[in-house]
Amino acid sequence: MKKMATGNQAAAFAVREADVELVAAYPITPQTEVVETIANLVETNKMKASYIRVESEHSAMAACIGASASGARAFTATSSHGLLYMHEMIHWAAGARLPIVMANINRAVGPAWNIWAEHTDSLSQRDTGWMQTYTATVQEVYDTILMSYKLAEKVYLPAMVCLDGFILSHAIQPLDITLPGDFIPPIDLPHALDTKNPMSYGNLTGPNDYFKFRRAMQDAMRNAEKESRAIEKEFAERFGRKYGPVMEYRASDADTVIVGMGTLAREAEVAVDTLRKEGMKVGSIRVRQFRPFPKLNLEGKKVIVIDRDCSFGAGGILAQEIRFHNDVPVFNVIAGIGGQDISHDVIAKLVRKAKPEGEFWLGVD
Amino acid sequence: MVDDIPEKEYLYKGNTACAGCSAMLALRYILKAAGPDTIIVNPACCSTVCQGSYPKSAYGVPVLNIAFAAAAAAADGIASAKRNKGKNIIVFAGDGGTVDIGIQALSGAIERNANILYVCYDNEAYSNTGMQKSGSTPYGAITTTTPTGRQDSKKDIDLIIMAHRPQYMASASAAYPKDLYAKVKKALSIEGTKFIHVQCPCPSGWRYSTEKSVELGKLAVKCGMWFLYEYENGKLTLNAPTKVALKKPAPLEDYVKPQGRFKGVNLERLHKEVDEGMSRIKGLADLETLEKAKEAAQ
Repeated sequence: MKKMATGNQAAAFAVREADVELVAAYPITPQTEVVETIANLVETNKMKASYIRVESEHSAMAACIGASASGARAFTATSSHGLLYMHEMIHWAAGARLPIVMANINRAVGPAWNIWAEHTDSLSQRDTGWMQTYTATVQEVYDTILMSYKLAEKVYLPAMVCLDGFILSHAIQPLDITLPGDFIPPIDLPHALDTKNPMSYGNLTGPNDYFKFRRAMQDAMRNAEKESRAIEKEFAERFGRKYGPVMEYRASDADTVIVGMGTLAREAEVAVDTLRKEGMKVGSIRVRQFRPFPKLNLEGKKVIVIDRDCSFGAGGILAQEIRFHNDVPVFNVIAGIGGQDISHDVIAKLVRKAKPEGEFWLGVD
Repeated sequence: MVDDIPEKEYLYKGNTACAGCSAMLALRYILKAAGPDTIIVNPACCSTVCQGSYPKSAYGVPVLNIAFAAAAAAADGIASAKRNKGKNIIVFAGDGGTVDIGIQALSGAIERNANILYVCYDNEAYSNTGMQKSGSTPYGAITTTTPTGRQDSKKDIDLIIMAHRPQYMASASAAYPKDLYAKVKKALSIEGTKFIHVQCPCPSGWRYSTEKSVELGKLAVKCGMWFLYEYENGKLTLNAPTKVALKKPAPLEDYVKPQGRFKGVNLERLHKEVDEGMSRIKGLADLETLEKAKEAAQ
């Protein structure tokens, strides 16, 4: 079924079609429409899930952990301070190897109060053991949530699906509500709480076993790299929409590439067309999958990384990842923080005057 | 079989509790009342340690260990998943995890009428981390963070819970296991949120010899430091030992003396605290009597 929908609504519809058993969520701008849509679907019997209106995000993730630990498919959505408030439980969900899926509507972190798009909230959760995907269209939000459940339940790691606050969460675009059919198999958690086979989960564990558990998480992340390719392939074959860990645009023959995440990296594609018309051999790479971090083809190219985030004292977080995985000079642009507008014109200008290396703060430097 | 209490044990030998731990005595009877179709949710507390370390467990039912502030919400998550309908979902949390760091999640869960039984086993301090003061530590008690004895009064969590109007609430003691067993049985027969507050004397924290846990638990009730009652539909019903204590309390000194934590306590001030507590509980029970009298008059 095709309809016009916002990014937030697409997330809610995907949760319905993924046959989620439990939703626990707390409202926060700009995520609210996700939980409002789910509440409406549940109360009008258009969705079978139990919906817990928790008193905080910490409890939202705790309730998802409880449900998921008992073998149920669980979902929550949050943003910014909500994500940070549940930080302890975000670690717990991953450590307990629970395939929870969460939508994070990327938003700046206070102070000062700012409700607009920025990636620092979810990137500050990068070391928790959650898989992370950054989306750029309403359809991609829907499709990624479906694929994330399949992936999470395959590798037993939770998955965070990120979408830019307002720019995507509130943007209205066409959405094909594709019915997943048997694309996501029924959930079968081998470590589910079972009264017929009583076990203690998460009790005191000595260094040797604890160490092995953490290594198993690293192995699961590596496995997720392979599994997600297989899932994307199956999704493309069944539903006709193709996704990868990175989405390249006119990048193969480019001598300069713009790298970014989320909506700004789609905006970069328009800039690429403009610059190509001017005779510059420019392409773009949109990093979709941030954890596990994918391989990028940057050999011999001039690399401009636009970060909608900052790790103070180190610079853009995406740029750091790219420098770590690739032996290339990076020109790192910090832009779009706190909702700063970055249009394709601005990106084209940045590329025209980009230096081979260094850090540049848009609108400040 | 003693009365109707089953012989079957769900708390196994080899658990790693301290000698004389009355929280394990309470858990033993809670699990006997709940039976095998039960899931325990365990926030950070003594019980985290008592269950034993991976890969072993001394608890005969599944346990989900969870972060300190998260127990009530995690339990609600289990209870709300349709697949768990009919199972007993029991939080077994200490006083710190209940009256302090876990109070927000607990408040939310009761307000939503989550179908859980929340048991707070109250040893009146953060015992697992070596006896630091919690909101439940009584006036005068020496802890490692109140080395000269607590100077202010404990939090009355029961009044806070009552304000949420849970489906069922009870105050119990590990020293009265039959009473505790009956209260857990009753609680688990009721749909919605149930809260049972169990006082559990702690020999290592309260500094008394390990064989005295039951004796001190009984003395706490007899001198009015602790109450046994049930609270349902806005009505508070005192249990027999507390009724007796309110009429003629045992000497407070008998309770205080064997406990190293009360060394040098201002007994007069402690007496005042106990008297205030007794008049609060009398007031709550009297309201009911007054209402009954009113109804009879109409």
